[in-house]
Amino acid sequence: MKELLELLEHDARRSIKELAAMLNKSEYEIEEAMKRLEQDKIIMNYNTLIDWEKAGEHTVTSVIEVNVAPQREVGFDAIAERIYRFDEVKSVYLMSGSFDLLVIIEGQSLNKVADFVARRLSTIEGVTSTRSHFMLKAYKKDGTIMDDKENDRRLVMTP
Amino acid sequence: MKDWQKTLSQTVNQVPPSGIRRFFDVAAKMEDVITLGIGEPDFVTPWHIRESCVYGLEKGYTSYSSNKGMLPLRQEISNLYKREYKIEYDPETEIIVTVGVSEAVDLAMRAVLDPGDEVLIPEPCYVSYKSCVILAGGTAVPVPTGIDNEFRVTAADLEKYVTPKTKVLLIGYPNNPTGTVLTKTEMEGLAAFAKKHDLIVMSDEIYGDLTYGGLEHICFSTLPDMKDRTIVFNGFSKAYAMTGWRLGYALANPVFIEAMNKIHQYTMLCAPITAQLAGIEALQNGEVNMKKMVQEYDRRRHLIYEGFCRMGLETFEPKGAFYIFPKISSTGLSSEEFVEQLLQREHVAVIPGNAFGASGEGFIRCSYATSIDKIAAALKRIENFLQHI
Repeated sequence: MKELLELLEHDARRSIKELAAMLNKSEYEIEEAMKRLEQDKIIMNYNTLIDWEKAGEHTVTSVIEVNVAPQREVGFDAIAERIYRFDEVKSVYLMSGSFDLLVIIEGQSLNKVADFVARRLSTIEGVTSTRSHFMLKAYKKDGTIMDDKENDRRLVMTP
Repeated sequence: MKDWQKTLSQTVNQVPPSGIRRFFDVAAKMEDVITLGIGEPDFVTPWHIRESCVYGLEKGYTSYSSNKGMLPLRQEISNLYKREYKIEYDPETEIIVTVGVSEAVDLAMRAVLDPGDEVLIPEPCYVSYKSCVILAGGTAVPVPTGIDNEFRVTAADLEKYVTPKTKVLLIGYPNNPTGTVLTKTEMEGLAAFAKKHDLIVMSDEIYGDLTYGGLEHICFSTLPDMKDRTIVFNGFSKAYAMTGWRLGYALANPVFIEAMNKIHQYTMLCAPITAQLAGIEALQNGEVNMKKMVQEYDRRRHLIYEGFCRMGLETFEPKGAFYIFPKISSTGLSSEEFVEQLLQREHVAVIPGNAFGASGEGFIRCSYATSIDKIAAALKRIENFLQHI
Protein backbone atom coordinates (compact mmCIF):
# COMPACT_ATOMS: atom_id res chain seq x y z
CA MET A 1 0.00 0.00 0.00
CA LYS A 2 2.73 2.44 1.01
CA GLU A 3 4.68 1.59 -2.12
CA LEU A 4 1.65 2.20 -4.34
CA LEU A 5 1.12 5.59 -2.69
CA GLU A 6 4.77 6.51 -3.14
CA LEU A 7 4.62 5.67 -6.83
CA LEU A 8 1.42 7.66 -7.35
CA GLU A 9 2.75 10.59 -5.38
CA HIS A 10 5.68 10.70 -7.74
CA ASP A 11 3.68 10.17 -10.93
CA ALA A 12 -0.10 9.86 -10.87
CA ARG A 13 -0.29 9.06 -14.56
CA ARG A 14 1.23 5.59 -14.40
CA SER A 15 -1.14 3.09 -15.95
CA ILE A 16 -2.75 0.39 -13.82
CA LYS A 17 -0.92 -2.13 -15.95
CA GLU A 18 2.46 -0.59 -15.25
CA LEU A 19 1.78 -0.18 -11.55
CA ALA A 20 0.70 -3.80 -11.33
CA ALA A 21 3.87 -5.00 -13.04
CA MET A 22 6.12 -2.80 -10.94
CA LEU A 23 4.58 -3.94 -7.66
CA ASN A 24 4.19 -7.55 -8.73
CA LYS A 25 0.40 -7.46 -8.18
CA SER A 26 -2.58 -8.09 -10.43
CA GLU A 27 -4.23 -5.18 -12.22
CA TYR A 28 -7.43 -5.94 -10.32
CA GLU A 29 -5.64 -5.62 -6.98
CA ILE A 30 -4.19 -2.25 -7.95
CA GLU A 31 -7.53 -0.97 -9.20
CA GLU A 32 -9.30 -2.01 -6.02
CA ALA A 33 -6.58 -0.54 -3.82
CA MET A 34 -6.75 2.77 -5.65
CA LYS A 35 -10.53 2.90 -5.42
CA ARG A 36 -10.36 2.28 -1.69
CA LEU A 37 -7.64 4.88 -1.18
CA GLU A 38 -9.73 7.43 -3.06
CA GLN A 39 -12.88 6.59 -1.08
CA ASP A 40 -11.01 6.85 2.21
CA LYS A 41 -9.62 10.19 1.05
CA ILE A 42 -6.10 8.94 1.59
CA ILE A 43 -5.59 9.86 -2.04
CA MET A 44 -7.03 13.39 -1.95
CA ASN A 45 -6.40 14.54 -5.46
CA TYR A 46 -4.31 13.96 -8.59
CA ASN A 47 -2.58 17.27 -9.25
CA THR A 48 -0.11 18.39 -11.84
CA LEU A 49 2.95 20.42 -10.97
CA ILE A 50 3.15 23.25 -13.50
CA ASP A 51 5.84 25.82 -14.08
CA TRP A 52 3.46 28.72 -14.72
CA GLU A 53 6.34 31.11 -15.33
CA LYS A 54 7.46 29.02 -18.26
CA ALA A 55 3.88 28.81 -19.51
CA GLY A 56 3.90 32.60 -19.68
CA GLU A 57 1.36 33.06 -16.88
CA HIS A 58 2.81 35.32 -14.26
CA THR A 59 1.31 35.05 -10.83
CA VAL A 60 2.31 36.46 -7.49
CA THR A 61 2.67 34.23 -4.47
CA SER A 62 2.69 35.57 -0.96
CA VAL A 63 3.56 33.78 2.25
CA ILE A 64 1.78 35.37 5.17
CA GLU A 65 2.47 34.90 8.83
CA VAL A 66 -0.81 35.38 10.68
CA ASN A 67 -1.27 35.84 14.41
CA VAL A 68 -4.70 35.06 15.75
CA ALA A 69 -6.43 35.04 19.10
CA PRO A 70 -7.58 31.45 19.61
CA GLN A 71 -11.20 30.98 20.53
CA ARG A 72 -12.74 28.92 23.27
CA GLU A 73 -13.85 25.40 22.21
CA VAL A 74 -12.57 25.59 18.64
CA GLY A 75 -9.06 26.97 19.20
CA PHE A 76 -7.60 27.97 15.85
CA ASP A 77 -9.82 25.81 13.69
CA ALA A 78 -12.72 28.19 13.14
CA ILE A 79 -10.48 31.06 12.09
CA ALA A 80 -8.41 28.76 9.91
CA GLU A 81 -11.56 27.66 8.15
CA ARG A 82 -12.66 31.24 7.54
CA ILE A 83 -9.33 31.80 5.88
CA TYR A 84 -8.94 28.62 3.85
CA ARG A 85 -12.41 28.88 2.28
CA PHE A 86 -11.18 31.75 0.09
CA ASP A 87 -10.16 30.61 -3.40
CA GLU A 88 -7.09 32.82 -3.35
CA VAL A 89 -5.71 30.84 -0.43
CA LYS A 90 -3.58 27.90 -1.62
CA SER A 91 -2.44 26.50 1.72
CA VAL A 92 -2.94 27.08 5.41
CA TYR A 93 -0.85 25.53 8.18
CA LEU A 94 -1.01 25.86 11.95
CA MET A 95 2.51 26.56 13.17
CA SER A 96 4.55 26.49 16.33
CA GLY A 97 6.79 29.46 17.00
CA SER A 98 6.40 33.19 16.65
CA PHE A 99 3.16 33.12 14.66
CA ASP A 100 0.11 30.91 14.43
CA LEU A 101 -1.04 30.36 10.86
CA LEU A 102 1.06 30.19 7.72
CA VAL A 103 -1.10 31.24 4.79
CA ILE A 104 -0.01 30.97 1.18
CA ILE A 105 -1.86 33.11 -1.30
CA GLU A 106 -1.64 33.22 -5.06
CA GLY A 107 -2.95 36.13 -7.10
CA GLN A 108 -2.62 37.61 -10.54
CA SER A 109 -0.83 40.73 -9.40
CA LEU A 110 0.84 42.34 -6.42
CA ASN A 111 -2.12 44.68 -6.07
CA LYS A 112 -4.65 41.91 -5.97
CA VAL A 113 -2.74 40.00 -3.31
CA ALA A 114 -2.18 43.15 -1.23
CA ASP A 115 -5.83 43.98 -1.57
CA PHE A 116 -6.84 40.50 -0.39
CA VAL A 117 -4.63 40.77 2.68
CA ALA A 118 -5.81 44.25 3.57
CA ARG A 119 -9.53 43.82 2.94
CA ARG A 120 -10.20 40.14 3.58
CA LEU A 121 -7.54 38.59 5.76
CA SER A 122 -6.65 41.32 8.25
CA THR A 123 -10.25 42.15 8.90
CA ILE A 124 -11.28 38.68 10.02
CA GLU A 125 -12.27 38.78 13.65
CA GLY A 126 -9.58 37.20 15.78
CA VAL A 127 -6.74 37.98 13.36
CA THR A 128 -4.47 40.19 15.40
CA SER A 129 -1.64 40.79 12.96
CA THR A 130 -0.25 39.74 9.57
CA ARG A 131 3.17 39.90 8.01
CA SER A 132 3.44 39.31 4.25
CA HIS A 133 6.41 38.05 2.28
CA PHE A 134 6.39 37.89 -1.50
CA MET A 135 7.99 34.94 -3.20
CA LEU A 136 10.64 35.90 -5.74
CA LYS A 137 11.64 32.62 -7.31
CA ALA A 138 10.78 28.95 -6.94
CA TYR A 139 13.82 26.66 -6.98
CA LYS A 140 12.17 23.50 -5.80
CA LYS A 141 8.51 22.70 -5.37
CA ASP A 142 7.03 19.62 -3.71
CA GLY A 143 10.22 17.65 -4.22
CA THR A 144 10.75 18.70 -7.82
CA ILE A 145 13.69 20.90 -8.79
CA MET A 146 12.24 23.53 -11.14
CA ASP A 147 15.14 23.90 -13.53
CA ASP A 148 17.19 20.76 -13.05
CA LYS A 149 20.36 20.84 -15.08
CA GLU A 150 21.50 17.38 -14.08
CA ASN A 151 20.90 15.05 -16.98
CA ASP A 152 22.06 11.61 -17.97
CA ARG A 153 25.72 11.88 -18.82
CA ARG A 154 26.39 8.15 -19.09
CA LEU A 155 27.90 6.56 -22.17
CA VAL A 156 25.30 4.83 -24.30
CA MET A 157 26.72 1.32 -23.84
CA THR A 158 28.99 0.05 -21.09
CA PRO A 159 29.73 -3.48 -19.92
CA MET B 1 56.33 1.73 -42.39
CA LYS B 2 57.01 -0.13 -39.20
CA ASP B 3 54.25 -2.42 -37.97
CA TRP B 4 53.86 -1.16 -34.44
CA GLN B 5 51.31 -3.85 -33.70
CA LYS B 6 54.15 -6.35 -33.77
CA THR B 7 56.06 -4.39 -31.16
CA LEU B 8 53.30 -4.84 -28.60
CA SER B 9 53.71 -7.41 -25.87
CA GLN B 10 52.38 -10.84 -26.69
CA THR B 11 50.34 -10.75 -23.53
CA VAL B 12 48.50 -7.61 -24.59
CA ASN B 13 47.91 -9.03 -28.04
CA GLN B 14 46.24 -12.04 -26.39
CA VAL B 15 43.56 -9.86 -24.86
CA PRO B 16 40.52 -9.90 -27.13
CA PRO B 17 39.05 -6.58 -28.32
CA SER B 18 35.83 -5.28 -26.74
CA GLY B 19 32.71 -7.10 -27.90
CA ILE B 20 30.57 -3.98 -27.90
CA ARG B 21 32.79 -1.37 -29.45
CA ARG B 22 31.23 -1.41 -32.93
CA PHE B 23 27.67 -1.23 -31.59
CA PHE B 24 28.69 1.58 -29.31
CA ASP B 25 29.99 3.59 -32.25
CA VAL B 26 26.64 3.24 -34.05
CA ALA B 27 24.48 3.86 -30.98
CA ALA B 28 26.46 6.89 -29.84
CA LYS B 29 25.56 8.68 -33.08
CA MET B 30 21.81 7.97 -32.91
CA GLU B 31 19.70 10.75 -31.50
CA ASP B 32 16.58 8.96 -30.35
CA VAL B 33 18.25 5.82 -29.11
CA ILE B 34 16.82 4.23 -25.99
CA THR B 35 19.55 2.34 -24.24
CA LEU B 36 19.23 -0.72 -22.07
CA GLY B 37 22.93 -1.19 -22.61
CA ILE B 38 24.41 0.68 -19.69
CA GLY B 39 26.11 -1.16 -16.86
CA GLU B 40 25.82 1.60 -14.31
CA PRO B 41 23.07 3.23 -12.21
CA ASP B 42 21.01 5.98 -13.81
CA PHE B 43 20.89 7.71 -10.44
CA VAL B 44 23.36 10.49 -9.80
CA THR B 45 25.36 10.02 -6.59
CA PRO B 46 23.12 11.17 -3.70
CA TRP B 47 23.71 14.82 -2.89
CA HIS B 48 24.91 14.35 0.69
CA ILE B 49 27.78 12.21 -0.64
CA ARG B 50 28.72 14.73 -3.32
CA GLU B 51 28.48 17.54 -0.80
CA SER B 52 30.86 15.83 1.60
CA CYS B 53 33.45 15.61 -1.17
CA VAL B 54 33.06 19.33 -1.98
CA TYR B 55 33.42 20.14 1.72
CA GLY B 56 36.59 18.03 1.86
CA LEU B 57 38.07 19.93 -1.06
CA GLU B 58 37.25 23.22 0.63
CA LYS B 59 39.04 22.00 3.74
CA GLY B 60 42.10 21.17 1.67
CA TYR B 61 41.90 17.40 1.40
CA THR B 62 44.02 17.18 -1.71
CA SER B 63 46.92 14.98 -0.66
CA TYR B 64 47.84 11.30 -0.95
CA SER B 65 46.33 8.98 1.59
CA SER B 66 47.98 5.91 3.06
CA ASN B 67 48.39 3.22 0.38
CA LYS B 68 45.67 1.00 1.75
CA GLY B 69 43.28 3.92 2.01
CA MET B 70 42.30 6.32 4.80
CA LEU B 71 41.97 4.42 8.05
CA PRO B 72 38.52 5.91 8.86
CA LEU B 73 37.24 4.53 5.55
CA ARG B 74 38.71 1.08 6.21
CA GLN B 75 37.17 1.25 9.67
CA GLU B 76 33.75 2.00 8.14
CA ILE B 77 34.16 -0.89 5.73
CA SER B 78 35.08 -3.15 8.62
CA ASN B 79 32.02 -1.94 10.56
CA LEU B 80 29.80 -2.57 7.54
CA TYR B 81 30.90 -6.21 7.26
CA LYS B 82 30.52 -6.74 10.98
CA ARG B 83 27.03 -5.22 10.87
CA GLU B 84 25.73 -6.80 7.67
CA TYR B 85 27.51 -10.14 7.51
CA LYS B 86 28.75 -10.72 11.07
CA ILE B 87 32.31 -11.16 9.90
CA GLU B 88 35.43 -9.46 11.25
CA TYR B 89 38.00 -7.81 8.99
CA ASP B 90 40.86 -5.96 10.65
CA PRO B 91 40.97 -2.46 9.12
CA GLU B 92 44.75 -2.33 9.62
CA THR B 93 45.70 -5.55 7.86
CA GLU B 94 42.77 -7.15 6.04
CA ILE B 95 41.31 -4.33 3.94
CA ILE B 96 42.69 -2.41 0.97
CA VAL B 97 40.90 0.47 -0.74
CA THR B 98 41.34 0.43 -4.52
CA VAL B 99 40.47 2.41 -7.61
CA GLY B 100 37.25 0.53 -8.23
CA VAL B 101 36.74 -3.22 -8.08
CA SER B 102 38.52 -3.43 -11.45
CA GLU B 103 41.82 -2.52 -9.85
CA ALA B 104 41.19 -4.89 -6.96
CA VAL B 105 40.67 -7.81 -9.38
CA ASP B 106 43.85 -6.89 -11.22
CA LEU B 107 45.87 -6.63 -7.97
CA ALA B 108 44.56 -9.95 -6.69
CA MET B 109 45.40 -11.75 -9.92
CA ARG B 110 48.88 -10.29 -10.11
CA ALA B 111 49.47 -11.06 -6.44
CA VAL B 112 48.79 -14.79 -6.74
CA LEU B 113 49.30 -15.92 -10.35
CA ASP B 114 52.43 -17.35 -11.91
CA PRO B 115 52.65 -18.24 -15.62
CA GLY B 116 50.67 -21.39 -16.24
CA ASP B 117 48.38 -20.99 -13.23
CA GLU B 118 44.78 -21.50 -14.17
CA VAL B 119 41.75 -19.52 -13.06
CA LEU B 120 38.28 -21.01 -13.29
CA ILE B 121 35.79 -18.41 -14.46
CA PRO B 122 32.12 -19.35 -14.74
CA GLU B 123 30.64 -17.66 -17.80
CA PRO B 124 28.80 -15.53 -18.81
CA CYS B 125 30.63 -13.04 -16.62
CA TYR B 126 31.87 -9.49 -16.43
CA VAL B 127 34.13 -8.66 -19.36
CA SER B 128 37.29 -7.82 -17.44
CA TYR B 129 37.82 -11.09 -15.55
CA LYS B 130 39.39 -13.00 -18.39
CA SER B 131 41.58 -10.08 -19.45
CA CYS B 132 42.82 -9.48 -15.90
CA VAL B 133 43.92 -13.12 -15.72
CA ILE B 134 45.71 -12.93 -19.08
CA LEU B 135 47.41 -9.64 -18.20
CA ALA B 136 48.60 -11.17 -14.93
CA GLY B 137 50.23 -13.98 -16.90
CA GLY B 138 47.73 -16.64 -15.93
CA THR B 139 45.44 -18.83 -17.98
CA ALA B 140 41.72 -18.13 -17.93
CA VAL B 141 39.58 -21.27 -18.01
CA PRO B 142 35.97 -20.41 -18.85
CA VAL B 143 33.34 -22.70 -17.33
CA PRO B 144 30.13 -22.46 -19.35
CA THR B 145 26.75 -22.26 -17.62
CA GLY B 146 23.29 -22.34 -19.17
CA ILE B 147 19.74 -21.13 -18.84
CA ASP B 148 18.50 -24.59 -17.78
CA ASN B 149 20.14 -23.93 -14.41
CA GLU B 150 19.58 -20.16 -14.59
CA PHE B 151 23.31 -19.70 -15.20
CA ARG B 152 24.27 -20.98 -11.76
CA VAL B 153 27.59 -22.69 -11.66
CA THR B 154 27.82 -25.92 -9.68
CA ALA B 155 30.72 -27.89 -8.28
CA ALA B 156 29.92 -30.58 -10.88
CA ASP B 157 30.42 -28.03 -13.69
CA LEU B 158 33.71 -26.93 -12.18
CA GLU B 159 34.99 -30.48 -11.69
CA LYS B 160 35.07 -30.86 -15.48
CA TYR B 161 37.57 -28.03 -15.83
CA VAL B 162 39.75 -28.28 -12.75
CA THR B 163 43.37 -29.44 -13.27
CA PRO B 164 46.43 -29.66 -11.02
CA LYS B 165 47.33 -26.18 -12.31
CA THR B 166 44.08 -24.60 -11.15
CA LYS B 167 44.81 -22.01 -8.49
CA VAL B 168 41.85 -19.66 -8.35
CA LEU B 169 38.07 -19.78 -8.65
CA LEU B 170 36.69 -16.36 -9.63
CA ILE B 171 32.96 -15.86 -9.15
CA GLY B 172 30.67 -12.86 -9.40
CA TYR B 173 27.19 -13.11 -7.87
CA PRO B 174 24.79 -11.34 -8.13
CA ASN B 175 25.93 -11.74 -11.68
CA ASN B 176 26.55 -9.30 -14.48
CA PRO B 177 25.15 -10.03 -17.13
CA THR B 178 22.57 -12.61 -16.03
CA GLY B 179 21.21 -11.26 -12.72
CA THR B 180 21.71 -14.71 -11.22
CA VAL B 181 22.05 -15.08 -7.47
CA LEU B 182 23.27 -18.25 -5.74
CA THR B 183 21.54 -19.80 -2.76
CA LYS B 184 23.47 -20.62 0.38
CA THR B 185 23.44 -24.34 -0.43
CA GLU B 186 24.81 -23.66 -3.91
CA MET B 187 27.56 -21.49 -2.44
CA GLU B 188 28.40 -24.20 0.06
CA GLY B 189 28.84 -26.54 -2.87
CA LEU B 190 31.40 -24.17 -4.37
CA ALA B 191 33.09 -23.78 -0.99
CA ALA B 192 33.48 -27.54 -0.64
CA PHE B 193 34.90 -27.67 -4.17
CA ALA B 194 37.41 -24.91 -3.37
CA LYS B 195 38.49 -26.71 -0.21
CA LYS B 196 38.80 -30.05 -1.94
CA HIS B 197 41.11 -28.64 -4.61
CA ASP B 198 42.78 -26.13 -2.28
CA LEU B 199 41.83 -23.11 -4.40
CA ILE B 200 41.81 -19.41 -3.67
CA VAL B 201 38.29 -18.04 -4.15
CA MET B 202 37.87 -14.54 -5.50
CA SER B 203 34.33 -13.32 -5.02
CA ASP B 204 33.23 -10.14 -6.78
CA GLU B 205 30.30 -8.91 -4.70
CA ILE B 206 29.89 -5.45 -6.18
CA TYR B 207 26.16 -6.12 -6.76
CA GLY B 208 25.63 -7.67 -3.31
CA ASP B 209 23.36 -4.90 -2.07
CA LEU B 210 21.21 -5.25 -5.18
CA THR B 211 19.55 -8.52 -4.22
CA TYR B 212 15.77 -8.73 -4.52
CA GLY B 213 12.64 -10.65 -3.73
CA GLY B 214 13.31 -11.08 -0.02
CA LEU B 215 16.64 -12.81 -0.67
CA GLU B 216 19.65 -11.74 1.30
CA HIS B 217 23.11 -11.48 -0.11
CA ILE B 218 25.54 -13.98 1.36
CA CYS B 219 29.15 -12.89 1.56
CA PHE B 220 31.23 -15.84 0.35
CA SER B 221 33.87 -15.50 3.05
CA THR B 222 31.24 -16.04 5.77
CA LEU B 223 30.86 -19.69 4.72
CA PRO B 224 32.66 -22.12 7.06
CA ASP B 225 36.45 -22.27 6.46
CA MET B 226 36.24 -19.79 3.59
CA LYS B 227 37.44 -16.55 5.15
CA ASP B 228 41.10 -17.42 4.92
CA ARG B 229 41.09 -18.54 1.28
CA THR B 230 38.66 -15.91 -0.07
CA ILE B 231 39.35 -12.49 -1.48
CA VAL B 232 36.11 -10.48 -1.45
CA PHE B 233 35.76 -7.53 -3.84
CA ASN B 234 33.25 -4.80 -3.29
CA GLY B 235 32.88 -1.10 -3.97
CA PHE B 236 30.65 1.91 -4.10
CA SER B 237 29.78 2.10 -7.79
CA LYS B 238 26.53 0.17 -7.95
CA ALA B 239 24.87 0.44 -4.55
CA TYR B 240 25.72 4.10 -4.01
CA ALA B 241 25.63 5.16 -7.68
CA MET B 242 29.30 6.19 -7.59
CA THR B 243 30.77 4.64 -10.74
CA GLY B 244 32.82 7.65 -11.83
CA TRP B 245 34.42 8.08 -8.43
CA ARG B 246 36.36 4.87 -8.97
CA LEU B 247 36.27 3.49 -5.46
CA GLY B 248 36.38 -0.15 -4.45
CA TYR B 249 38.05 -2.41 -1.94
CA ALA B 250 39.22 -5.92 -1.26
CA LEU B 251 38.95 -7.96 1.92
CA ALA B 252 41.30 -10.86 2.51
CA ASN B 253 43.87 -12.37 4.83
CA PRO B 254 46.84 -10.12 5.73
CA VAL B 255 49.24 -11.96 3.42
CA PHE B 256 47.07 -11.37 0.34
CA ILE B 257 46.32 -7.77 1.31
CA GLU B 258 50.01 -7.04 1.85
CA ALA B 259 50.92 -8.55 -1.53
CA MET B 260 48.17 -6.59 -3.27
CA ASN B 261 49.30 -3.45 -1.48
CA LYS B 262 52.83 -3.98 -2.79
CA ILE B 263 51.59 -3.75 -6.37
CA HIS B 264 49.08 -1.01 -5.55
CA GLN B 265 51.70 1.25 -3.92
CA TYR B 266 53.97 1.17 -6.96
CA THR B 267 51.30 1.42 -9.63
CA MET B 268 48.39 3.38 -8.18
CA LEU B 269 49.75 4.70 -4.88
CA CYS B 270 46.28 5.24 -3.44
CA ALA B 271 42.68 5.78 -4.43
CA PRO B 272 41.76 9.47 -4.90
CA ILE B 273 41.30 11.07 -1.50
CA THR B 274 38.21 12.95 -2.68
CA ALA B 275 36.49 9.67 -3.51
CA GLN B 276 37.57 8.20 -0.18
CA LEU B 277 35.96 11.09 1.70
CA ALA B 278 32.77 10.51 -0.26
CA GLY B 279 33.01 6.80 0.54
CA ILE B 280 33.13 7.51 4.27
CA GLU B 281 29.99 9.63 3.99
CA ALA B 282 28.28 6.94 1.90
CA LEU B 283 28.93 4.26 4.51
CA GLN B 284 28.02 6.49 7.45
CA ASN B 285 24.83 8.03 6.13
CA GLY B 286 24.01 6.50 2.76
CA GLU B 287 21.92 3.50 3.68
CA VAL B 288 18.51 5.16 3.46
CA ASN B 289 19.12 6.46 -0.05
CA MET B 290 20.68 3.19 -1.10
CA LYS B 291 17.65 1.21 0.06
CA LYS B 292 15.40 3.59 -1.89
CA MET B 293 17.38 3.01 -5.06
CA VAL B 294 17.27 -0.74 -4.53
CA GLN B 295 13.49 -0.57 -4.13
CA GLU B 296 13.22 1.38 -7.36
CA TYR B 297 15.39 -1.18 -9.22
CA ASP B 298 13.15 -3.89 -7.86
CA ARG B 299 10.05 -2.27 -9.39
CA ARG B 300 11.79 -1.91 -12.72
CA ARG B 301 12.89 -5.52 -12.47
CA HIS B 302 9.28 -6.65 -12.19
CA LEU B 303 8.25 -4.44 -15.08
CA ILE B 304 10.97 -5.59 -17.46
CA TYR B 305 10.64 -9.26 -16.51
CA GLU B 306 6.91 -9.14 -17.10
CA GLY B 307 7.55 -7.36 -20.41
CA PHE B 308 9.90 -10.00 -21.77
CA CYS B 309 7.66 -12.84 -20.58
CA ARG B 310 4.73 -11.24 -22.40
CA MET B 311 6.74 -11.08 -25.61
CA GLY B 312 7.28 -14.80 -25.38
CA LEU B 313 11.07 -14.68 -25.06
CA GLU B 314 12.43 -17.37 -22.80
CA THR B 315 13.80 -15.64 -19.76
CA PHE B 316 14.22 -16.32 -16.07
CA GLU B 317 13.51 -13.91 -13.24
CA PRO B 318 16.76 -12.17 -12.30
CA LYS B 319 17.26 -11.96 -8.54
CA GLY B 320 20.13 -9.52 -8.38
CA ALA B 321 22.16 -6.73 -10.01
CA PHE B 322 20.17 -4.69 -12.58
CA TYR B 323 20.25 -6.91 -15.62
CA ILE B 324 17.93 -9.32 -17.33
CA PHE B 325 19.22 -11.90 -19.80
CA PRO B 326 16.52 -13.05 -22.23
CA LYS B 327 17.14 -15.80 -24.75
CA ILE B 328 16.77 -14.60 -28.32
CA SER B 329 17.97 -17.63 -30.31
CA SER B 330 14.33 -18.51 -31.15
CA THR B 331 14.42 -15.55 -33.56
CA GLY B 332 17.01 -17.37 -35.65
CA LEU B 333 19.46 -14.54 -35.14
CA SER B 334 22.78 -14.64 -33.34
CA SER B 335 23.27 -12.31 -30.38
CA GLU B 336 25.24 -9.84 -32.45
CA GLU B 337 22.82 -9.92 -35.38
CA PHE B 338 19.94 -9.33 -33.00
CA VAL B 339 21.68 -6.40 -31.33
CA GLU B 340 22.69 -4.86 -34.64
CA GLN B 341 19.25 -5.17 -36.22
CA LEU B 342 17.42 -4.00 -33.10
CA LEU B 343 19.67 -0.97 -33.00
CA GLN B 344 19.21 -0.18 -36.70
CA ARG B 345 15.47 -0.74 -36.89
CA GLU B 346 14.15 0.29 -33.50
CA HIS B 347 17.02 2.33 -32.10
CA VAL B 348 17.22 0.31 -28.91
CA ALA B 349 20.68 -0.48 -27.57
CA VAL B 350 21.28 -3.76 -25.72
CA ILE B 351 24.44 -5.82 -25.25
CA PRO B 352 25.02 -9.12 -27.08
CA GLY B 353 25.29 -12.01 -24.61
CA ASN B 354 28.42 -13.39 -26.22
CA ALA B 355 30.33 -10.27 -25.09
CA PHE B 356 30.31 -11.97 -21.69
CA GLY B 357 31.62 -15.32 -22.85
CA ALA B 358 30.75 -18.01 -25.36
CA SER B 359 27.90 -19.40 -23.26
CA GLY B 360 26.17 -16.02 -23.52
CA GLU B 361 25.61 -16.63 -27.25
CA GLY B 362 21.90 -16.65 -28.05
CA PHE B 363 21.10 -14.13 -25.31
CA ILE B 364 21.06 -10.37 -24.87
CA ARG B 365 21.78 -8.38 -21.74
CA CYS B 366 19.30 -5.62 -20.94
CA SER B 367 20.01 -3.24 -18.10
CA TYR B 368 17.07 -1.87 -16.16
CA ALA B 369 19.14 0.89 -14.62
CA THR B 370 17.05 3.38 -16.55
CA SER B 371 13.75 5.16 -15.96
CA ILE B 372 10.43 3.32 -15.98
CA ASP B 373 9.27 5.38 -18.96
CA LYS B 374 12.32 4.44 -20.98
CA ILE B 375 12.01 0.79 -20.04
CA ALA B 376 8.36 0.79 -21.10
CA ALA B 377 9.20 2.52 -24.40
CA ALA B 378 12.11 0.16 -25.09
CA LEU B 379 9.93 -2.88 -24.41
CA LYS B 380 7.38 -1.60 -26.91
CA ARG B 381 10.07 -1.15 -29.54
CA ILE B 382 11.53 -4.61 -28.89
CA GLU B 383 8.07 -6.13 -29.17
CA ASN B 384 7.58 -4.37 -32.47
CA PHE B 385 10.96 -5.61 -33.63
CA LEU B 386 10.07 -9.20 -32.80
CA GLN B 387 6.80 -8.98 -34.70
CA HIS B 388 8.53 -7.86 -37.88
CA ILE B 389 11.54 -10.08 -37.76
